[in-house]
Amino acid sequence: MTAVLEVSDIRKRFGGITAVDGVSFDVQEGEILGLIGPNGCGKSTLFNCILGQLTPSGGEVKLDGRVVTGLRASELNRLGVSRTFQLLQVFPKLSVRENLILAGQEHQGHMMSRLFGPSDAGLTEAADRMIGFFKLDHLADEAAGGLSYGQQKLLDAAMAFMGGPRLVLLDEPAGGVNLTMLADLKERLAAINREKRATFVVIEHNMEFVMSLCSRVMVMAEGRVLTIGKPDEVRANPVVIEAYLGH
Amino acid sequence: MTAAGKYLRIAFGAIVIAALIVVPMNFNRYGLFILSQWAVMTIAAMGLNLTLGYAGQVSLAQGAFVGIGAYAAAIMTTQGMPLIAALGVATGLCFAVGWILGYPALRVQHHYLAFVTLAFWTLAFLVFRNEDWLTKGIYGISNIPRPNIFGFATNRPLPFYYVCLGSLGIVSVMVWWLIRSPWGRAFVALRENPIRALSLGIDTRRYTLMAFAIGSALGGVAGTLYAPLTQYIDPVPFNLSLSLDLLMMVIVGGAGFFFGPFLGAMIAVLLPEWLRFTQGYYLMLYAIAVILLLIYSPTGILGIVDRYLAERRTKMASALRAVAKSRLETAP
Repeated sequence: MTAVLEVSDIRKRFGGITAVDGVSFDVQEGEILGLIGPNGCGKSTLFNCILGQLTPSGGEVKLDGRVVTGLRASELNRLGVSRTFQLLQVFPKLSVRENLILAGQEHQGHMMSRLFGPSDAGLTEAADRMIGFFKLDHLADEAAGGLSYGQQKLLDAAMAFMGGPRLVLLDEPAGGVNLTMLADLKERLAAINREKRATFVVIEHNMEFVMSLCSRVMVMAEGRVLTIGKPDEVRANPVVIEAYLGH
Repeated sequence: MTAAGKYLRIAFGAIVIAALIVVPMNFNRYGLFILSQWAVMTIAAMGLNLTLGYAGQVSLAQGAFVGIGAYAAAIMTTQGMPLIAALGVATGLCFAVGWILGYPALRVQHHYLAFVTLAFWTLAFLVFRNEDWLTKGIYGISNIPRPNIFGFATNRPLPFYYVCLGSLGIVSVMVWWLIRSPWGRAFVALRENPIRALSLGIDTRRYTLMAFAIGSALGGVAGTLYAPLTQYIDPVPFNLSLSLDLLMMVIVGGAGFFFGPFLGAMIAVLLPEWLRFTQGYYLMLYAIAVILLLIYSPTGILGIVDRYLAERRTKMASALRAVAKSRLETAP
């Protein structure tokens, strides 16, 4: 197995606050790594540093062995790194299908071929397959803003997969999603992981979700890595229990 | 959309286009001037609609680009060069300057961006007024010739109106193509959620600059037609109120709607003329009408239509669902 993502000694300071304080880890190809920790421990900031949405104050991020620190989010995305968001981030006025076409269109051709090529960038079929895969068929032509919260969450996840990414960072995919839909979402993620060999890093507070989906779990507290290991080891680790229950 | 609805739309469009061609044949010189002005301003407003309505970038510089286009056309055609050459120069120049003006938009947004573009307008206006060697300053440039198109002289008002209308037609097709292409989708993404757009691989920087450049280039196209339309230009028509008028056309018509600028320009150019019978009150009535419209529908005239259509769609969808449900329940 080779490491898709290698993060070494990433730091991020906001003024006097150190949100991420020297985090190092790697993610193997085809792995699902869970990332847990109390609120405010720096999980989302770490994501933003990896994804180029924030510039880290120090450290290095490697994708497939190549240093990508400091690349813009759009460039990283075209290299095969995509993400979902903690808060809903779909385009409410576009239809479900349009959202998905938008999510895939920059991954093929170049600026000029996108201007003079077909309106859907040849993605209608791919979008409809993704719609079917996430069971959103009856909603394909609805404006995304009119969907329920859980459905928008599914759409958000579906958008992350449109470009055929190698690595997907999911920020609380289960937050606010009802149980039936959650089981569905987990099944979809596991299927994509299996079939496409896509690698995931998942931030999630829902322990059941994390423990059953992930092959390894990393625990963060106060900007640092507390421990990283198999779900069972992490669950039994007294340091983790301490961090969650407070001092 | 149903097939019947589609044919209805095509028929309606054909009638409007035919009317725009046939009806003005009986118009007098002044009527044709106003209608030509509507076509020219629609082109400029379409440019701004692209920058503001689709890509969400505020600009108070559109009037300056119309000015740049007009001066380019005036200077070049009075030197004996053909208007089509002036069109190329004006469009290219405005595209390049618009691209550069887009850079501040990568740093600042909304009101701050409005101020930056306002500063650019000031700069352009000072050049129009003070650089006598180039623009003849406040004396203006007169005797701007109208072009010969395929050997046909367009000196008379009606042929030149057709030049304006034809240009509007060509620009409309191009803009329509642009907004239904992936670029149009990327522009909307830029307006609605730039952070999410970035995470989907959309190069927001390049698309922002493109939105500014293309919008500005259309301002230049409008200016290139404006100069031979009035046949005399000085700095006055390109003062700040032109930028504000164009902004109003976009907002009143409906920002982010393809047909918004057509309606907005109609209101801004034609309504004051229709209200002239009220003599001294016409500007006041005009202002009140615009205020009332924006209170009733902040998304402009097409916002009202859009709201109505969305409501009808929702009603139809829920009716369909109800029918489907009752069928399920009565099924054996």
